[in-house]
Amino acid sequence: MDFSFSDDQIMFQEAMRDFLANECPPEVVRAAWENDSGRTNGLWAALVEMGVVGMTAPESAGGLGMDETDLVLLLEEAGRAALPEPLLEHTAVGIPTLAAAGGPVAEAWLERAASGEAILGAGTDQGYAVGAATCDLVFLIGEQVRAVPVDEATLVEHRSVDGSRRLFEVDGEAVVIDTDPALAFDRAAAAAAAQCVGVAQYLLDATVEYVAQRYQFGKPVGSYQAVKHHLANAALKIEFARPAARHAAWCIAVGDPDRSRDVSLAKALASEAVDLASRTALQCHGAIGYTYEYDLHLWMKRGWALSAAWGDAAWHRNRIAVALGI
Amino acid sequence: MDLSFTPAEEEFRDEARTWLAENVPAEPLASMDTPGGFEEHREWEHILFDARWAVVSWPERFGGREASLVEWLIFEEEYWASGAPGRVSSNGVSLLAPTIFDFGTPEQQDRFLRPMARGDEIWAQGWSEPDAGSDLAGIKTKAQRDGEFFVIDGQKTWCSRGAFADWFFCLVRSDPDSERHAGLSYLLVPVDTQGLEARAIGRLDGEPGFAELFFDCARVHERYLLGGEGEGWAVAMATTGSERGLNLRAPGRFMAAADRLVGLYREIADSRGPDLDRRDQVVGAWMGAQAYRWQTYATEARLRGGSPIGSEASFMKVLWSELDVELHATALRLMGRDGERADSSWMDGYVFALSGPIYAGTNEIQRNIISERVLGLPRR
Repeated sequence: MDFSFSDDQIMFQEAMRDFLANECPPEVVRAAWENDSGRTNGLWAALVEMGVVGMTAPESAGGLGMDETDLVLLLEEAGRAALPEPLLEHTAVGIPTLAAAGGPVAEAWLERAASGEAILGAGTDQGYAVGAATCDLVFLIGEQVRAVPVDEATLVEHRSVDGSRRLFEVDGEAVVIDTDPALAFDRAAAAAAAQCVGVAQYLLDATVEYVAQRYQFGKPVGSYQAVKHHLANAALKIEFARPAARHAAWCIAVGDPDRSRDVSLAKALASEAVDLASRTALQCHGAIGYTYEYDLHLWMKRGWALSAAWGDAAWHRNRIAVALGI
Repeated sequence: MDLSFTPAEEEFRDEARTWLAENVPAEPLASMDTPGGFEEHREWEHILFDARWAVVSWPERFGGREASLVEWLIFEEEYWASGAPGRVSSNGVSLLAPTIFDFGTPEQQDRFLRPMARGDEIWAQGWSEPDAGSDLAGIKTKAQRDGEFFVIDGQKTWCSRGAFADWFFCLVRSDPDSERHAGLSYLLVPVDTQGLEARAIGRLDGEPGFAELFFDCARVHERYLLGGEGEGWAVAMATTGSERGLNLRAPGRFMAAADRLVGLYREIADSRGPDLDRRDQVVGAWMGAQAYRWQTYATEARLRGGSPIGSEASFMKVLWSELDVELHATALRLMGRDGERADSSWMDGYVFALSGPIYAGTNEIQRNIISERVLGLPRR
């Protein structure tokens, strides 16, 4: 039993954090809300350059041959920065699914995905594929995993509350991928859990900073116990969701037999953590947090979206019950 | 990162499981807060100690196995899963022993640790006073120097198991002119000290689990001073957790209780049909125990990397104490009309769990610690 990350993993995380702090400030996220694609101008290429985009592809396909325990820390950072780029769909779901399936689809797409030239999307049969219009190949996960090339597909777009998330119904000629659909779904749910943890941590940190400098009755509002205890409760949820999310990543990496149950543990805890962090952040900011100009809502709305995506807390709690045989 | 157990860890788990299966009493012991039950639990501590399971993480010369922290966590998982009795020695082992390891003289370590581990001497904490609970620095009990002795006058209260304990670890004011955190000393006081009287107080369940202590010119020799004179606050606060046991309550205790709750739901759903609301509450309890488990293993890795245990202790304390209440409340709700019956272990557990958010620093104090020391919010 060793729950420590290696020096290399920590260095990669720190590099990602520094990169996003410089290159993905709130103005960049806001711009993705307004533009045609919902994505950033140039960050994908920079993430390819850093090795992030193709990290889960085998070295033979031009990737870094890394697994979910390497990726999970970067997904937390992506959440912390509200990065509007498809790391979940492409790096956490698409590439490993292609790599494991092999065959002609992998032959056609894997190297191009590892280099970031082709972008992989993912969604569920009944749900939406985020950003499908900017993808080349979309995986639809249901009873089977089906791969739909986007240039031949019909896309119907819907708006998300998070302006950078463009939601698409995808219909088109599909190839059935030889893979376990539950595994593909779990990859997405575990990645969403890690991002929820990052979003929640940002919301907590931003709120702590705000209440320490906002004065009322001659004192920082953060000195009042009512405010402190709201924030302590959000911190508690995050403290206990983060290790569960990291454990879920490990379960996927090693093929643990309880993988689905423990991914559900992670996603349920992470959804609940980001939900509470959003509510707490808004309440402790007061009216300023309720404005469109102030940046807080970029994270709150990402949190709402990710909390619900790939199974909300109630859906995953139900799956745990089934796994426990009750 | 490798979240599987090593072959050596699995072997340790098997050894613990096998021994427990063969030795755990078939019938539950009487409550440790009754005179008879207390002695039954003391006997059980002897059995554990003699098989070297009482304090697995301690050095061998004090009766331990020098087990790693991971092995201690494994032991706790197996211990509670086996249905073994509560640990009557836990206040000494969890709250005092870390302090003796860090601040005790070699003579004090030799004198106190083995008898504590074997249950020959059971310890109770004498910190709270009638006017000093959460505000512990407000204690007034005096300990005046008289040559080699301290002369104690004052009153302590809410001493768990204090009605039956053999020794008390007390925080007292050794400098009569001092205030707040200064001038305190950490004294070890035997129950037979002249001028010390322990009076039982009925607990919420009616058992004499608490005591209040009255000190009237009670003389205690200076060899029972733990750490420096006047440094009691620092001594008391330095080891709220340690490498020999992260916490008074390890995750294994709640994992086992959650598993029993899942079993209770299954039994009731089999006879009365499913109830999805209550099933979700059961899942919530199971999730809480699992979340605590993974957070604890993550904390273990951080400690092994050289970080001290700090604020995690407050996160853990809030989590397990509130989980324990919810878990037992869920069980009572599941039991329907039998929920109010006094003869169930779930009701006993519920009444006990209700003390969790109060003792060892109320959860309001813990949330203050989280917000001020972890999040860095202004104190005033």
